[in-house]
Amino acid sequence: MKAALARLDSRLLWGGAILSLLTLGAIFGAALTPGDPLAIGDVVGTRLLPPMARSSAGALHVLGTDAFGRDVLGRLLVAARLSLGVGIVGSLLAATLGAIIGATGAWLGGVTDRVLLALGDALLAVPRLVLLLVVAALWGPGLPTVVAVLALTGWMGVARLVRAEVLGVRVLPYVEAAHALGVAPLRVLARHVLPNALGAATVAVTLGVGSAILLESGLSFLGLGIQPPSPSWGNMISGGREWLLTAPWIALSPGVALVLTVVACTLIGDALDKAPGTERATGAIPEVSRPRVSTR
Amino acid sequence: MRRPLLRVIDAVMLLWLVATITFLLVRLAPGDPTTLLIAPTATADEIARQRIAFGLDGSLPAQYGRWLGAVLQGELGTSISRALPVTTVIAEALPYSLFLGGVSLAGSVVFGLLIGAWQARRAGSRGDTTMTVLTTALFAAPHFWLALGLIVIATSGAAVLGAPDWARLPAFGVQSPAANLTGWAQLVDIARHSVLPLCVLTVTGAAGIARYARGSLTAAWNAPHVTTARARGLPASLVQRRYVVRNAMAPIVVLVGLSLPGIVAGSVFVEQVFAWPGLGRTMLGGIAARDYPLVLGITLLYAAVVIASNLVADLIVQRLDPRRAI
Repeated sequence: MKAALARLDSRLLWGGAILSLLTLGAIFGAALTPGDPLAIGDVVGTRLLPPMARSSAGALHVLGTDAFGRDVLGRLLVAARLSLGVGIVGSLLAATLGAIIGATGAWLGGVTDRVLLALGDALLAVPRLVLLLVVAALWGPGLPTVVAVLALTGWMGVARLVRAEVLGVRVLPYVEAAHALGVAPLRVLARHVLPNALGAATVAVTLGVGSAILLESGLSFLGLGIQPPSPSWGNMISGGREWLLTAPWIALSPGVALVLTVVACTLIGDALDKAPGTERATGAIPEVSRPRVSTR
Repeated sequence: MRRPLLRVIDAVMLLWLVATITFLLVRLAPGDPTTLLIAPTATADEIARQRIAFGLDGSLPAQYGRWLGAVLQGELGTSISRALPVTTVIAEALPYSLFLGGVSLAGSVVFGLLIGAWQARRAGSRGDTTMTVLTTALFAAPHFWLALGLIVIATSGAAVLGAPDWARLPAFGVQSPAANLTGWAQLVDIARHSVLPLCVLTVTGAAGIARYARGSLTAAWNAPHVTTARARGLPASLVQRRYVVRNAMAPIVVLVGLSLPGIVAGSVFVEQVFAWPGLGRTMLGGIAARDYPLVLGITLLYAAVVIASNLVADLIVQRLDPRRAI
């Protein structure tokens, strides 16, 4: 067990530990913290309690309470469900869409490929945040819009990766052999080409979760994402803004949770990126690659 | 000369595609600016006249044609919420964004490269790991959260700690309102207002560049020809200058090239929190007011900047990396 742990990349270990803790908290946390994280109860007796304080009813508030007397830790953990969920689902949907579009383009070639490439390039030319803002604001804010918009604005990177991989894999001898054996083209794509072309996409998904969570929090901070009273880390920070000087813990703790989550996703993504087996054959001089650029 | 020309044609086609997509996104969205801005007692006749004034009459393809024709002549239309030409509104806000973005990008590149180079020289050490944790966390932190934290520290925090008056920095706007300062005093006032937003943008930007520079420089240090050079007995400083930095530079230049659009678009949250009257804030205001021409104009500007900097980054890489030459 110890040897196995030692062989594990420490980045994977830390990232995985943070995410597991958050997930556990998201599932069980709300049951362990005092009061309903959404409802407003005895406001006068419980509002703006500092961290580790007890309310007049004797309940312990580990991270304090907000302006409506709701337990900050409880809200933080309920928000974790939404934030983690939106991040994971949004990123997975984006990756699926990207894989489909990239594979279709590479497989069919010709006009389809050029149109899909141009569409991806055009969407990449607008900063993702701007696209998100325009769509979320004009099409009505809310959970479904956020997820849909994250998927629709996040597929281009994965599409490029998968397209390049499929183009490389489709000329390999075993694909030719499958064709020669009379396997249906779609089945060749699904069974023989795609599984060998998706490796690069997994890294993009992990890193995508982090940026999706950040974007969701940004939208919610501006009031264009998750709507109160449903807590999200972004709208909790926004709500704590008015109480910044008297009760800084309201805005502090969701920010810490955000940073921890995004760092965990980055650590895991980085570790997978450099894990043995995923590295490309490198020449003597590192090839110039297009760096990933923050989408904020 | 054929290839560069093709690239430019590509770029123009891309811009047209972006224009069309954003036009559709904005105009197919539910909601109508006319009903937002006109008095509820207005007659159908008045509403129709207002529509014509806003350029919202006729079918969608007709509107698209009119809009595209105007854009080709450099006309972005009239802002609905501000009743000014969109170009004027953009020209008013752009300098503020350029100032924030330009200064912070320059700072990010300098600090980022220094930190990255420092880390690459001692990769794997305790100092390197600490710095990696720090840069990863800063890179992950949302701008608006860091901005709020800085506000607390620079205003009430400074007061609690008993910092002198000059160290308590203003957190909102560009200038002190109604102070009517001129000359040197006005410059100092503006500089004091820009410290906090610049801090947020520079620190996060530097963290991103440091992360990338560290990776790129470490890879360059580990290349076989660097080992050969070291084995030949060349001093480390010479090896770094001649074999490491030159090879690591190309991807870093691309990164800087690709962050150029950030000068224009990178500060939406920072501008919003610090009430900085730049493009990002103008954009948010335009979105809230369903100011179609303004939103379309700013998006188009963003896209043009992105496409242009991609082009520039590609051309520079071709100069830096002979294998990429045409």
